[in-house]
Amino acid sequence: MLALLIRDLRISVRAGGGFGLGLGFFLIICILVPLGVGPEREVLAPAAPGILWVGALLACLLSLDRIFALDHEDGSLDLLATAPLPLEAVAFIKALVHWMTTGLPLVLISPLLGVLLHLPDAAMGWLMLSLLLGTPALSVIGAFGAALTVGLRRGGLLLSLLVLPLYMPTLIFGAEVIRRGALGMDVSTPLALLAGISLGSVALLPFAAAAALRINLR
Amino acid sequence: MLSLSNLTVARGGIAVLEGVSLSLGAGEALVLRGPNGLGKTTLLRTIAGLQPAMAGEIHADPESLVYASHADGLKPTLTVQENLTFWASVFGQGQAAVTAALRAMDLEKLTDRPAQNLSAGQKRRLGLARLLVTGRPVWLLDEPTVSLDAASVGLFAAMVKRHLASGGAAVLATHIDLGLETATVLDLSPFRARPPSEGGMGGAFDEAFL
Repeated sequence: MLALLIRDLRISVRAGGGFGLGLGFFLIICILVPLGVGPEREVLAPAAPGILWVGALLACLLSLDRIFALDHEDGSLDLLATAPLPLEAVAFIKALVHWMTTGLPLVLISPLLGVLLHLPDAAMGWLMLSLLLGTPALSVIGAFGAALTVGLRRGGLLLSLLVLPLYMPTLIFGAEVIRRGALGMDVSTPLALLAGISLGSVALLPFAAAAALRINLR
Repeated sequence: MLSLSNLTVARGGIAVLEGVSLSLGAGEALVLRGPNGLGKTTLLRTIAGLQPAMAGEIHADPESLVYASHADGLKPTLTVQENLTFWASVFGQGQAAVTAALRAMDLEKLTDRPAQNLSAGQKRRLGLARLLVTGRPVWLLDEPTVSLDAASVGLFAAMVKRHLASGGAAVLATHIDLGLETATVLDLSPFRARPPSEGGMGGAFDEAFL
């Protein structure tokens, strides 16, 4: 398992590996929105939690179809399926690598972009915490969608349509944590729900993804 | 080490080969022959466990099989060494196996070269070297000699011979004569599946949509 993690991380940081793709997209959204709607604090501050979360979600979505498609094209998915590694572990590691290369950088850079969007200082911690708790769910749900569409040509469109409704709860509770945090309200309910979604997805969806992969490899 | 009894395999929900029975012992090689589209790849994929058999049984320890497809499963941005080391650690083998495999397929001078800079034949050699780092006894090889030059085919034949001599076994779908004295040639044409109108299996219709 560790070998697969190291291999995929190594591939992602080499030329054309896709590391930074999501990060770049997230930066673009958060820089362009203030330019588009104007720099007023009264306009930006209330919308900031939503903009940050929608940006993070779309950035994750952008690199989803690469999770299994590249391995399917060059034949290594067939070889991995016949290797001693369980396919569930392969799905989990692939999702983990996606999170480490897409979700984690977003978490780390988010406070900087929060400043651009006039997010109150009190909410910065909640912003990072909600992204840290929520982005693993985005990666695992996305890996499941990618496994479902792995054999399809141009499966990206179907993948987005499949995954978007599954992303909604994460988005709603994630943005709610920041909004409540900014207003100084109690955040425990949305935070618990967000953590619950992530933990449930991480626990269950690798199995679903592996089942989908087995069917698609036939 | 591997035996099939009355195996029927299907591609896209349609049976392609039926009633295939064979057995393979240690040190034996089996060469599958037959025209394109007969189902050689499907048979190998079914034995490898990538798809379920439609009927019949496969008796083999899944942990003893290793499958090599048309595609080599190489990562273009990783070097020759990194590609091979990855598969060695997935199969629980050490660095010694990697070195031996590089030597066997004459890849020692290319170890630091990214796989994307290799020629088609060199990629194939690297794909075949992967078999040596799996440490598994039964090789299932689908057209292993495609894009290899004569010298490399010789290297590959020598590698298969050594594998057989050390108690391994191999099933090869190939059109080239590798000069394996112990190999049995099996023409699959007589096992072509009959259409349903002649009493053959119709196949699970919904399979075609999965």
